[in-house]
Amino acid sequence: MTTLLPAAPGSPAARPAADVLDVSGTPSVPLTRLVRVELRKMRDTRSGKWLLITVAAVAVLVMAGLFIWGDQDDRTFMTLLGIAFVPLAFALPVLGILLICSEWGQRTALVTFTLTPHRGRVLTAKVVAALLFALGAIVVAAIPAAILAAVGGAHAPWDDVTVAVLARVLLAFVLGVVWGLAFGAALLNSALAIVAYFLVPTLLSLVGGIWTGAQDALVWFDLNQSSSVLFDSGPVTGAEWAHMATGFLVWVVLPGVLGTWRILRSEVK
Amino acid sequence: MITFENVSKRYGGFTAVDDVSFVARSGRVTGFLGPNGAGKSTSMRIMAGLTLPDHGVATIGGHAYADIPNPGRHVGVLLDASAQHAGRTGREVLALTAMTMGLPGSSVDEMLETVGLTPTEAKRRVKNYSLGMRQRLGIANALIGKPSVLILDEPANGLDPAGIHWMRGLLRQFAADGGTVLLSSHLLHEVEMIADDMVLIGRGKIVAQGSKQELLQTAGTFVRGEDPQLLAKVLADAGITATASGDGGLRTEVDPIEIGRAAAAAGVVLVELRPAEGAGLEEMFLQLTASDARESVNSEGAAA
Repeated sequence: MTTLLPAAPGSPAARPAADVLDVSGTPSVPLTRLVRVELRKMRDTRSGKWLLITVAAVAVLVMAGLFIWGDQDDRTFMTLLGIAFVPLAFALPVLGILLICSEWGQRTALVTFTLTPHRGRVLTAKVVAALLFALGAIVVAAIPAAILAAVGGAHAPWDDVTVAVLARVLLAFVLGVVWGLAFGAALLNSALAIVAYFLVPTLLSLVGGIWTGAQDALVWFDLNQSSSVLFDSGPVTGAEWAHMATGFLVWVVLPGVLGTWRILRSEVK
Repeated sequence: MITFENVSKRYGGFTAVDDVSFVARSGRVTGFLGPNGAGKSTSMRIMAGLTLPDHGVATIGGHAYADIPNPGRHVGVLLDASAQHAGRTGREVLALTAMTMGLPGSSVDEMLETVGLTPTEAKRRVKNYSLGMRQRLGIANALIGKPSVLILDEPANGLDPAGIHWMRGLLRQFAADGGTVLLSSHLLHEVEMIADDMVLIGRGKIVAQGSKQELLQTAGTFVRGEDPQLLAKVLADAGITATASGDGGLRTEVDPIEIGRAAAAAGVVLVELRPAEGAGLEEMFLQLTASDARESVNSEGAAA
């Protein structure tokens, strides 16, 4: 077997070439930049762009529908925001799923993880980006809701608009997004994760409907049902928080941990 | 400089990379040559920190890939030109990379021009790209951070002859400027055209490595005597191993002068004495590929 020999003088390799890379002058990539990249990835594909446009349009349309055909006294800020949440609750988890899974389905993870070898940072950036999106979605929904409530002439348009209630709505949005992210990470397949995300709550309520005896136990696992109280104007009881916590543990923390482990460890091909 | 030291990677019972050591030096284009499935891509993924080796160390310029801050600024990597989001435009793919590395937007246009993608082509979605265009986009993606090390897996795949010519010029210039280039290929002539150094890999093991001159140089000597049997005996007595090479000649591993001396000492008449023809590298490469091809021939024969 021939081995590499020192190059003859005069050949290119004989020049003083940098055998040791000097990386001291290179700052590492800040997390904020990675978050901006992930935010851009959510909307720079045709599917992502249209998903966002459709969701925004549907959210505005349902609010307009409520405004036109609903009771005048229903034109309150919270009712309008509540109805806009229906399409958003569908879309935001899907966005979270796509943000993670498309890297695997389209195999862009190969480039992403080459540019950022510390995969945990990529994952963190994705979670932050998805949460920022949820925040943005609330603002986008709140502006037309506020305008419609202001001009709607309802008896009490700003009823229930308290910090506590708004914080709970925000929590509900965030919950939906992290749920989607967790399923996406655990399954790493867009179609599978989306189907699972929508099928699990339906199956649970189906089981509860047929097997009524199990309903008391199921409430501890049915996160969809237990988290719906976040939209009620009344206070949330300790038991209801506990139901949400166990549901969160089963459907978000568990798949989230499994998914993180998969993303950090699995081989990208 | 890329260094591989005793790197091994197993998948279950299959050894994809088996104790591989080599160095790709700066200022040189190193060709990583081997048949499909020889372990080239796995090795390159190990270099880029995407796959952890079971044993051994892979470093780039003395660093583990993951320890290089903003690695795209130092190491340009193209592992699979097809691994791009089909719904993004070529321009957007580069823009995302530039953004991650913290480069100005103008670098995207510069790079598109460098790799010969027109503004119209750059606005098209990657799913409408030919493989050649994807390769150009992938090379742009690797070059945009102005790295000093390039790792390219089968970059010539899908390029037309003009494209291959262009890439050869590009990589030669990159190496001439002091950069390190490692490119893989399963085609000997492709590597022969571009590379200064070669690393030949088969079934996860390094079979040969060295400069192109060394490897393509004929190893050994061809000799033909007036009396072949007598010549064979004389060489054997002189302790020179020789093998029959058809047409009544012999092939040996030693230099012509030693044959000449042995023949002169024994008084044997030589008809022909010259460096052996037919590159040893090509034979070696053919053997590597043939052992895979033969299996399919055999199974066909068994089925018939």
